[in-house]
Amino acid sequence: MSQTAKSLAIAGALGAALSTTLASSVDAQTKEKCFGVALAGQNDCAAGPGTTCAGSSTVDYQGNSWKLVNFGTCKDIALPPMADGTPRHGALKALKRDLPS
Amino acid sequence: MSAREERLARNLLDPASALPEGLFDRPGRFAIHRNTVTASLIEALCTGFPVITRLLGDGVMKDLALRFLRAHPPSSPLLMLYGEGFPEFLEADTRLADLGYLGDVARLDLALRHAYHAADAPPLPAQQLAALPPDRLAEVHLDLAPALRLLRSPWPIFDIWRFNTETNAPAPRAVAQDVLITRPAYDPLPQPLPPGGAGFVAALLQGAPLGEAEDRARAEAADVDLAALFTLLLQGGAIIGASLT
Repeated sequence: MSQTAKSLAIAGALGAALSTTLASSVDAQTKEKCFGVALAGQNDCAAGPGTTCAGSSTVDYQGNSWKLVNFGTCKDIALPPMADGTPRHGALKALKRDLPS
Repeated sequence: MSAREERLARNLLDPASALPEGLFDRPGRFAIHRNTVTASLIEALCTGFPVITRLLGDGVMKDLALRFLRAHPPSSPLLMLYGEGFPEFLEADTRLADLGYLGDVARLDLALRHAYHAADAPPLPAQQLAALPPDRLAEVHLDLAPALRLLRSPWPIFDIWRFNTETNAPAPRAVAQDVLITRPAYDPLPQPLPPGGAGFVAALLQGAPLGEAEDRARAEAADVDLAALFTLLLQGGAIIGASLT
């Protein structure tokens, strides 16, 4: 088979796979890591055996611990404001607020 | 480390070795520390090899873990990656020789854990893949996600894994199984590969262009289903880059 014919055959397979994938899972990204929304001890992570960091956060809404949430919902999660009235929001990156002392 | 520190460290994993002279050790205190270190490493191995622990039972696994950790203490402070040599350790144990599949099942446990801890990498948008020139695809190199893992085994390792991790899973069949681990949505997902699939993915991992990867797949299975393989990779978010040489 010539290199071009071979390329076209591969392109056919890739094209079929792309359309299957697009049709079946529009939600290719269904989850996102959301920082600062988990209650104390409820964060995700499972950093591994013996050292698991899942459930290791010690304060509510700890800024550097995350939880997997549905894609696109992280920033809209309703959280109580901080003690001084500053509103709290989740973020896709680690936050400086609510860190254990 | 000083000679004293070395002896202390050695004694942590080998209680029969001598402690340094003049250690201010109220009776049993160092032994308590040693016990904590040992117990946490055993716990780490049991958690890190969940299917092996299930297959062998807690008691046998803890005994094996103790002997493993004394022979192969962690070489990295990252406990989450500990247990690298455990599959070979299982295979070398003559008492387990009847369970020939243990080593490969342990490799699957380990690969799932390492996949979990691999770096995040966003998949290549579908439109960029669709935009590649169709008449030159044989020359395209694909970059695969750091979380991707490929295991080849003469044993039904996927069936054994599923039978021991999912309720109502079918009993393992007597077949050889190659397994692809991808990580869609942050959780490692093992899937059995169709014939030729492992040859295809192995070639891509070695940096071969698609045309050569297809040849390697066809050499293993003439009727390899490329579309099914692309679908597995795409759904697993495993294609993170593509380039024409």
